[in-house]
Amino acid sequence: MFTAPTELKSAYDVVIIGAGGHGLAAAYYLAREHGITNVAVLEKGYIGGGNTGRNTTIIRSNYLTPEGVKFYDASVHLWQDLSEDFDLNLFYSTRGHFTLAHTDSAVRTMRWRAEVNKHYGVESELVGPDFIKRSCPSIDISCNGHAPILGALYHAPGSIARHDAVAWGYGRGACQRGVEIHQQTAVTGIEVKGGKVVGVQTSRGHIATNKVLCAVAGSTPRLTDMVGIQTPIYIHPLQAMVSEPMKPWLDHIFVSGSLHIYISQSARGELVMGASLDPYELHSTRSTLDFTEGLSAHMLDMFPFLSNVKVNRQWGGMSDMTPDFAPIMGKTPVEGFYLDSGWGTWGFKATPVCGKTMAWTVANDSPHELITGFSLDRFRNYSLTGEKGAASVGH
Amino acid sequence: MKLLTCPVNGARPVSEFTYWGEIRPAPDANACTDHEWADYVFNRNGAPGVKREWWCHTPSNTWFIAERDTEKDRVMRTWLPGSEA
Repeated sequence: MFTAPTELKSAYDVVIIGAGGHGLAAAYYLAREHGITNVAVLEKGYIGGGNTGRNTTIIRSNYLTPEGVKFYDASVHLWQDLSEDFDLNLFYSTRGHFTLAHTDSAVRTMRWRAEVNKHYGVESELVGPDFIKRSCPSIDISCNGHAPILGALYHAPGSIARHDAVAWGYGRGACQRGVEIHQQTAVTGIEVKGGKVVGVQTSRGHIATNKVLCAVAGSTPRLTDMVGIQTPIYIHPLQAMVSEPMKPWLDHIFVSGSLHIYISQSARGELVMGASLDPYELHSTRSTLDFTEGLSAHMLDMFPFLSNVKVNRQWGGMSDMTPDFAPIMGKTPVEGFYLDSGWGTWGFKATPVCGKTMAWTVANDSPHELITGFSLDRFRNYSLTGEKGAASVGH
Repeated sequence: MKLLTCPVNGARPVSEFTYWGEIRPAPDANACTDHEWADYVFNRNGAPGVKREWWCHTPSNTWFIAERDTEKDRVMRTWLPGSEA
């Protein structure tokens, strides 16, 4: 599927750190749309082994701020014909996405989101408990009496996709156009002279380059330390788990901020489930029993018939969180050092549009118009892009 | 289950505690520039390492300081503010 280059060259036009979906998508669009192919993608582990392979594969654009809605909507449109673009089946499956509201204030936020979404042409509407029950007869609409469902934001284009294949597709497409992907190659330092990037130190030798794109999710602070940039990014783990496979019964994607759960059923029949962030800073992908217990208890409130279903496996990823729940993308105070970061718990769905806009940004040394609301400068200027109301669960 | 040692109540499950982030000195709000204040409000040391953090034992509202390795999730020691030798 990939050609594996053996030698690092001494210089590249662009070095991308991180061979996850975001980094590989940027490489792909740099080569395909900007004709920049003298590019190395450096990966300390293996392709798609970070958060690209650890998320719960949900794709949606029902955000809260105009900046967010426009950006994620562009992503959803790119997703829809990506399989054809790659000639690789991504198992892109449109399911319909419910964000449940269990309180009056949550209903109000859902109505707000629905109206912002509709204004920008995104299909979202507020629906009542009857509609939810008709869509999914197995749901306990009272949630065991603890937290009755009052309504939901229904987002028909909400989808899931096979996450590994996204990294493979972008990686293969980039490779075919001449990009080199170097796995097992860790970045140990970034050289800056006179405020400009001049090179990258790796575990396999030195590379001269004037442009570095950092797309490393939970490792972002380690890299920004290398170039001396301060950011608001903090790292908490996010865990997820899957059940044993079962016959298809769950067509839709369900998210509940109050119960801290999200759930969908994969093409293999497994229930893919997640919860909120772990409650304290940690740079590790360890799993905990607390997570499994807490998530299962809430899952049974909503779907009591799952009580005998077994959990097959669980895992964790490191989320690079920001104070306003929007990403940090674009140029930085160091010339030639570009960030695609702050993707916290919401980065998978944005993979295509991040690749496209970051490639544009790197090629033109100027932020793409879709990402100007996500610049690192916004924290210096107190002009945040508040997306917390659209986070899938109350992190 | 992970245990954390509260200086007053002893070892308790970590679910009884709330994490309040790394201890950071605040600049003088009346003297500093807007940018210095923004740096204090938003920016964090997000890299892994041994950090001194505020924690609170929620049931007893005991605020204390923990020295913790944020890569290995190992707590070296905990103490009440002002009690460090």
